[in-house]
Amino acid sequence: MEILDMFLTVGFWAATVRMATPLIFGTLGELICERAGVLNLGIEGIMTTGAMVAWMWVYQGGDLWSAVFVAAFFGLLFGYLHSIFSVYMGLSQHVTGIGITLLSTSLSYYSFRMLLPGVTTPPKIVPFDEFPIPLLSDIPIVGEALFTQSPLTYLAFIMVGVVAYVLYRTPIGLAVRMVGENPMAVEVQGIDVHRLRMGAVMVGSAFMAVGGAFLTISVFDAFYFDMVNGRGWICVALVIFSSWRPGKALLGAVLFAAFDALQIRVQQASSSFIPYQFYLMMPYIFSIIALIIMSRKAAYPKALLVPFRKGQR
Amino acid sequence: MLLEPRLHTPLWVTISAPIAAVAVVLILCSGLIIWAGAPVLDAYISLINGAFGSRFALSETLVRATPLIFTGLAAAVAFRAKLWNIGGEGQLYMGALAATYFGTGLVDLPSFLLIPFLFIVGALAGGAWLLIPTLLKTQLKVDEVVTTLLLNFVALLLVNYLLFGPWKDPLAMGWPQGAPIIDDGILPTLIAKTRLHGGLIFAVVTAFGMWVFMKYSRWGFETRAVGLNPDAARFAGIPITKTVIRTALISGGLAACAGVTEVAGTKGYLTLDISPGFGYTGIAVAMLAGLNPLGVIIAALFVAGIYNGADSMSRAMDVSNYIADVITAASLLLVLLAVMLTRMRIRWR
Amino acid sequence: MDTDIVLKVDGITKRFGNLAANDGISFQLEKGKVLSLLGENGAGKTTLMNIIFGHYMADEGRIEAFGQELSASSPAEAIKLGIGMVHQHFTLSENLTVLDNIILGTESLWHVTQAKAEARKRLAHLSSEFGLKVDADAAVSSLTVGERQRVEILKALYREARILILDEPTAVLTPQEADQLFATLRDMVARGLSIIFISHKLHEVLAIADDIVVLRHGKLVAAFPAASASRKQIAKKMVGQTIPEPKRSEYLPGNVLLEMTAVHVLSEEKRPVLSDVDLTIRQKEIVGIAGVSGNGQKPLSDVIAGLVTPISGSVKLRGETITEFTPRAMVQKGIGRIPEDRHEQGVIGDFTVAENMVLEKYGDPEFSRFGWLKLTHLKGHAEKLIKAFDIRGAGTETAVRGLSGGNMQKVILSRVLDNNPEIILANQPTRGLDVGAANFVHEQLFKAREEGAGILVMSEDLEELLAVSDVIIVMYHGQVSKPIPVDDVTLQELGLLMSGDGFVAGHSEARDVA
Repeated sequence: MEILDMFLTVGFWAATVRMATPLIFGTLGELICERAGVLNLGIEGIMTTGAMVAWMWVYQGGDLWSAVFVAAFFGLLFGYLHSIFSVYMGLSQHVTGIGITLLSTSLSYYSFRMLLPGVTTPPKIVPFDEFPIPLLSDIPIVGEALFTQSPLTYLAFIMVGVVAYVLYRTPIGLAVRMVGENPMAVEVQGIDVHRLRMGAVMVGSAFMAVGGAFLTISVFDAFYFDMVNGRGWICVALVIFSSWRPGKALLGAVLFAAFDALQIRVQQASSSFIPYQFYLMMPYIFSIIALIIMSRKAAYPKALLVPFRKGQR
Repeated sequence: MLLEPRLHTPLWVTISAPIAAVAVVLILCSGLIIWAGAPVLDAYISLINGAFGSRFALSETLVRATPLIFTGLAAAVAFRAKLWNIGGEGQLYMGALAATYFGTGLVDLPSFLLIPFLFIVGALAGGAWLLIPTLLKTQLKVDEVVTTLLLNFVALLLVNYLLFGPWKDPLAMGWPQGAPIIDDGILPTLIAKTRLHGGLIFAVVTAFGMWVFMKYSRWGFETRAVGLNPDAARFAGIPITKTVIRTALISGGLAACAGVTEVAGTKGYLTLDISPGFGYTGIAVAMLAGLNPLGVIIAALFVAGIYNGADSMSRAMDVSNYIADVITAASLLLVLLAVMLTRMRIRWR
Repeated sequence: MDTDIVLKVDGITKRFGNLAANDGISFQLEKGKVLSLLGENGAGKTTLMNIIFGHYMADEGRIEAFGQELSASSPAEAIKLGIGMVHQHFTLSENLTVLDNIILGTESLWHVTQAKAEARKRLAHLSSEFGLKVDADAAVSSLTVGERQRVEILKALYREARILILDEPTAVLTPQEADQLFATLRDMVARGLSIIFISHKLHEVLAIADDIVVLRHGKLVAAFPAASASRKQIAKKMVGQTIPEPKRSEYLPGNVLLEMTAVHVLSEEKRPVLSDVDLTIRQKEIVGIAGVSGNGQKPLSDVIAGLVTPISGSVKLRGETITEFTPRAMVQKGIGRIPEDRHEQGVIGDFTVAENMVLEKYGDPEFSRFGWLKLTHLKGHAEKLIKAFDIRGAGTETAVRGLSGGNMQKVILSRVLDNNPEIILANQPTRGLDVGAANFVHEQLFKAREEGAGILVMSEDLEELLAVSDVIIVMYHGQVSKPIPVDDVTLQELGLLMSGDGFVAGHSEARDVA
């Protein structure tokens, strides 16, 4: 019954919301790419890059919010690179994505070593402080859990609404939804398919980078190698789980973060017959289970993974 | 811009394209070297020397190339069937676990039997590890990209548990490592006073074997068919599921062999860091080789050389050895592009 | 003359590799007229229209619409100049609504809101003005082929197209629906639109066109008013010479080869797609299947091809009940299958000709031993077939994707016929082929029929069915009619039956008695 008690602690829910933040950004970002028909397996590397450049920016004297923009900028950059290969040239999205992950990760590590040579323990910066929202944060339990979070967390939740609105209620959102289903339908209405897809991949990648930045300038205060630790891949699973809908993406991220938070607490609490490594395995196994549940009826965007070649029938 | 298929691609174009791509990569990466404040030409010379410049360097490169040949083959075979096996790393560790389990004294066989036996159990373990996501794909339509990736993390955690726990070698003075492989299980050294071991022979022979398999065997025919056009393959009566599962067992087995050679050849016992990402690098190797098993040998040598050379270069000059990862990743992307350009022509509009 | 020239095409040339898909084509379209572009498959009609609409850019030449030159190669520019196009393969997004499909691209991508209410009103107005009824909020996936075409036309009208191009619009319509389309087109013309209409069906062209332009092998070979044309003349211009059509010998069916009784098939979503089907194919018989696409043809061909298992009912081959529905089992039992889409299902583009020819039997002792392929046998086998079927453009080791449609179909035919199958399933066997290649296919089918085979032909081309079949079966809503002797039915009657008018599900005599 200790486990059930955990659900009642504020700390648990606060941790859940906090840990959901990078997943929300990452899943939204991947969702945008896939809705446009492009699988972006560069997510793990782009999140790493976002984490590194945001941290480095602050470390070199920049302020926290501009660091977010810097991370987003690098996300745009790697998104652009990805889309040149995957969209413009129509090369394998699987291979391009893996290549981008390897490239962005290695460039991040190389740059880190170049800028901070000979460092054994990663230096720290001052991260985002929790920002309690006036009035709302005074509500018992919920106030502390939901409304006393990092500003980036609030941003994440707001972005869910923004992405949903743009996707379903604006002309560009309609175009993005269509280009992932039938790019020819978009081309014949006078919209450049390649430009649209490249734009979507770039924007999505910017989201991913911000998700990575959250790790170094909000949750933790230093950049560690292997920090992202598979969160990017989990976001790819969460996109399928969310049926490519922003609202469900939020739900999936929170659910997953809850399991993760639970796993940590159970690990700490119980006197453990079960070695801690098995608890750490849970997030990955849960993701696989989530995929199994959702894949049966998954309505993939029809043109996902299919390159659009101009002038071909 | 329009892409049009070329009618005919001469052989010299096919061979020189990847080489040209790598040349471009090296030119681009010189920017990174300049950033580090080191002289470009000297740095690259240092890299080449560190890779192939001496007997010792060459042997080290070959040692590093051995697991890369296996993981490269694993990726190449799987990708040919459009089975996106990104789980080479996990399968490698499974092979290493199996080799440790059976090779540290449980089984007592003479060397010429024990070594093949370790490879077999390793391959079975790796094949089984890839079989899980593959069955999820064939039976439940679960995309294998994410599942194979996630299982890498699970595999590593499993190894972590075993090495800190029940399989910890009591004689290792507190370090998390497995018991040493018994003498009969250790791969023989090929060149005295180097780390070069018989695993290289196995790797090269396996590469040739896979080449023959893909080109001349029935199963190879089916694998290629399923990868190129599953609809047409299905219509013609080629058993898709059986082919994919068979490919998975082979691919997982190949990646696991990398684990076996590292444990029973290079190191002699299992450690947490027995693979600095060989599984992932193997994917780059496979792409550089154009998914061709023989090309994998050359690509593995190249990549191993880059990594070794970069290690040596970073000791000589202040250039982080992560440049090797950058070169490999950039090569993957540019070779992908170059290979496409050998098949298609660009018409600028 | 005082008539406006709305479209001027001047010296358009477009090359793909060595092939000139369009070679120096020039013609004009006058306001309020219907111009029909004729030519057989591969003549270059679609390429030309794609250039006009901006999908491709011509290598040479110039296009002017309403006096303004088309410079960029983008549909956006064509639309801006008032050109609209209804493509041969529909360009609609299935999961989205009719309204969504129509308004896409009509508002700036940088707007933060959509003016859906106004759009709805405008669409309703257009819809009633042109007599094209649609439900703006229906999902496209729920529409019939005819309805989807209406949406495509409305899409163009919504963007104020004054020139409308239609690429083979009647290929997927029943004769009655085609008549309806023509009425709509006449109405549009009366309102001042100008129309270009691509077809290879002569009788339609003569019914609707004011002017005719004929293309052959990429060149414009004739242009004249429809009134002064005769069918024979036009046909000759299209093909260049009168190619004698293969003749079918007398209909003398033999024993029953394939017998389907009360076959039911469910779709993946568990809906019935084939209901209570009785079908018989005899020796020396060609059975033609007529029907609007989506009425059960695919499940029927899938059953015979071995891709789908019926949920109930029996399928007997030479009296023996089939228990295993897999492609391999069907091939072994002597069923030859020509798939509907030769690119997607028929061949593996990157495989060689030799490899494609043994796709169904590479495991036979002739071609493999102990798991190893006998490559020299593969090569010899392919050489033999290339010669027998006069396959051009490739050697045994050439990748199949470089072959023309006709030659690719020959590869598939050779593979199928080499086994001397007793039953042949020919699904859209001449789709996309020029007359020469189509005739070759028919010849081979007739030859097989002579030698005792029973053939099932599915085709969207009713004229082809009437020319080729001994009996015709109409499919409607997953059911089949009784077999109708080909001499007893006309094109129009088939059209009515296909749209359900007068359709009665037919059952075999044995069941009637029971």
